[in-house]
Amino acid sequence: MMSALETNFGQTPSQTVGPYFAYGLTATQYGYDFDQPFDAVVALDGARGERIRLEGRVIDGDGNPINDALVEISQPDGSGEYPQSVDDARATGFRAFGRCGTGTDDQNRFVFHTVKPGAESAGEAPHINAIVLMRGMLLHVFTRIYFSDEAAANAKDAVLASVPEARRNTLVATRSEAGGAVTYRFDIHMQGPSETVFFDV
Amino acid sequence: MSSSASRSAPLPRLAPRDWPSHPSYVYPGYRSTVKRGPQQPLVPLKASLGELRQPVYGHSSIGELDHDLTRNARRNGEPLGERMILTGQVLDDRRRPVRNTLVELWQANASGRYVHKVDQHDAPLDPNFLGAGRCLTDSEGRYRFLTIKPGAYPWGNHPNAWRPQHIHLSLFGEHFASRLVTQMYFPGDPLLQHDPMITGTPEKVRNRLISDFSLDVTEEGYALGYVFDIVLRGADETPFENR
Repeated sequence: MMSALETNFGQTPSQTVGPYFAYGLTATQYGYDFDQPFDAVVALDGARGERIRLEGRVIDGDGNPINDALVEISQPDGSGEYPQSVDDARATGFRAFGRCGTGTDDQNRFVFHTVKPGAESAGEAPHINAIVLMRGMLLHVFTRIYFSDEAAANAKDAVLASVPEARRNTLVATRSEAGGAVTYRFDIHMQGPSETVFFDV
Repeated sequence: MSSSASRSAPLPRLAPRDWPSHPSYVYPGYRSTVKRGPQQPLVPLKASLGELRQPVYGHSSIGELDHDLTRNARRNGEPLGERMILTGQVLDDRRRPVRNTLVELWQANASGRYVHKVDQHDAPLDPNFLGAGRCLTDSEGRYRFLTIKPGAYPWGNHPNAWRPQHIHLSLFGEHFASRLVTQMYFPGDPLLQHDPMITGTPEKVRNRLISDFSLDVTEEGYALGYVFDIVLRGADETPFENR
């Protein structure tokens, strides 16, 4: 074992993802000649659930959109199920995990193509788990994305109930429909009066 | 095992994040944390292992040369610089190996220049080096990369600011909440004491970010060897099925 861990065993400290992750973690998205194991397409045609586009910006303490953030999401499909293997994901067209940087969209949005998740268990509102990483954060943050058209389920969700009421709306994505396509908007505010709720997971 | 069965089984808890082992969100010495780090307290969320899966991937996600940065971007020759081997074991809190987990890596070239389009540092790019790789850990949780030792480079954080030589690493571990993105550094680097990413990390745990030089890993006549072991959050207890 490495000498530091022999005398000082414990979790490896987090460090920032920095400004230059693009060609390492999201090479194809940013046009570098390398592939990437995960991208912004979480669900292919055939995956169970309502097809949705999930988009938003990551906004700093001055109110400016951040153009070098990385957002990762994890979710079950419309039936509340996760793929159990790569083969399973291939067969169902549902990958459950997505990754998108904010540096390629002209408005610095992350844009995921996925399905609306089903609830994973009774009493829990449907939601997507998210990780946000960026230059200027030595440690990433976790948040959850709930849905504006699930008011009844949201009202009964224990995790939402644990959040101060005035801040709950920072966790709810807003639904809109145009030309038969469904979009949910979820802006992530790192600071300020509408700072998004981040969880100690 | 059907997923409905796994949901109804009592699920073990993930070991908590060991906060004293990690930097805080806002550290003014690292200037850009000031407008980006959250300021409200985090809301506790007790995640069970069942809810927070790791992404699925397999050997099909990894190309044959993905672990070898000295070969995976060659155009007309070999990349310049000092060849090195980076290897280590990925463990959880309870010293159990984390098997078959994805390790992604990116770094500057030997001159301290990143391929990234926004890196404007006046140092040459290397046409034969991209600086990105990935691999899966083996049955003992070990990973291994062949690469070029990255150079130090200046950055705009403060006057005469230089990042120590480092390699970025991204790991998933067994659960969504065991995600770790970190950087490994080199022993004896004089820039370490001046680097706000190091000084923004609690002093007691800084040495966990510094690799060991290893003559055992070094390959005679070919490449120097460095060992960097990584500890991730894991399950609080052994899952019931495995007892």
